[in-house]
Amino acid sequence: MELANPGLPNFDYVRATTPAEVIGLLLQHPDDARLFMGGTDVFVRMRDGAMTPKLLIDVKRLPGLTEITYDPETGLHIGAAANMNAIARHPVVLEHYPLLVESVNAVASYPLRTRATMGGNLCNASPCADTALAALLLEAMLVAAGPDGDRAIPAGAFFLGPGKHALKPGEFLTRIEIPTPPAGWAGRFIKLGRNAHGDLAIASAAAGGYPDESAPSGYRFRVALGSVAPTPIRVPEAEAILAQGPINEKTCDAAADAARAAARPIDDVRASAKYRKAMVKTLTRRALVEVWAMLQKEG
Amino acid sequence: MATHQITLTVNGVKEHTQVSSNITLLTLLRERLGLTGTKNGCAAGECGACTVLIDGEPVNACMVLAVETDGAEIVTVEGLARDGELDALQAAFIEHTGVQCGFCTPGVLVSARALLNRSPDPDEDEIKDALRGNLCRCTGYVRIVEAVKAAARGGD
Repeated sequence: MELANPGLPNFDYVRATTPAEVIGLLLQHPDDARLFMGGTDVFVRMRDGAMTPKLLIDVKRLPGLTEITYDPETGLHIGAAANMNAIARHPVVLEHYPLLVESVNAVASYPLRTRATMGGNLCNASPCADTALAALLLEAMLVAAGPDGDRAIPAGAFFLGPGKHALKPGEFLTRIEIPTPPAGWAGRFIKLGRNAHGDLAIASAAAGGYPDESAPSGYRFRVALGSVAPTPIRVPEAEAILAQGPINEKTCDAAADAARAAARPIDDVRASAKYRKAMVKTLTRRALVEVWAMLQKEG
Repeated sequence: MATHQITLTVNGVKEHTQVSSNITLLTLLRERLGLTGTKNGCAAGECGACTVLIDGEPVNACMVLAVETDGAEIVTVEGLARDGELDALQAAFIEHTGVQCGFCTPGVLVSARALLNRSPDPDEDEIKDALRGNLCRCTGYVRIVEAVKAAARGGD
């Protein structure tokens, strides 16, 4: 019996077994092949008609693509197709990367996260991608396999615009490498959605900090924002204010103002640009105050 | 379009079947295997009516290709009862009236079963968090949460 499947286009499915096979297929079908991992965005876009691939290339069973490993020297290596629940429950991630756990758990629901992958979240290059903020803040390297071999792209250079990333034709993301955070690091990710759980972000902010004697304030901070610019962004202006210091309510406020100024949000179905701007300040300040409290507790 | 021969286990029964690339697990379960307990709701991974277990973990069956499940073990709501005995969750949902129209119930039961398998004694926040991918438009959730708590305590 032929089963009807309303809503999905006709496509072929290949379960790739080697990176070379994937690269070959991507080069052979530059316009109509899609990489397929958890499928949580691919399904929605195919049903919307926004995407009509002729070929889905499943890379989940490629060697290493779902592996999560840690070495204090080289940091955390997450296979691009490792699912979000596997990331969030990994003992090393829980111990050293609580910010990553926060950002992963902000995505949709547990059943969706059984399928959703960090690699897919990053490669959608959505301005609101929750795990992109963690990648930016923790200064991840995104490793791609391609026709010219492996290439590592800093997270800060990966996102080029809504839906646009730095991968070249024939390349695909294989691994996310996240360095061990600096000694004394504390981080916080805060997401504002239309409901308390699971929705795409109206705005999100992540902040992290660590003691550093070379900074006038004695601390280095990092600040990243989501859903308020064409890509997820870092805010060097806010980071500079906090490195200068002293760290107190006033400088946290000034850094939050700098984040607000750096945001270039749009009006859309989820919120107005004006509201997003206001929320950037609130979320950034809140994240900074919480990080500062954690740093003082540890120090 | 290519077709694929797959073998999967559904509620303990081995199934050999042929599927086109673009058939979802949900379509396979409902329309070929006749397991209509799993519901088709939003087809976008939002509502959770199609939640099933793949290798013990809950997923939205509308967002999985049937061909991907080659070699996998699937449990649907029909597979929760064993030897004519309801799962403790099913009994608790009846006892605590965790059901109104019933459309979301199969998905809620499967998500809750996965929760109790990974965390046998969850607190209320854990229960709500585990069920946030299962939308119910009738019960207001209070009795669902009560039923899951009761099942975790052993059905009292």
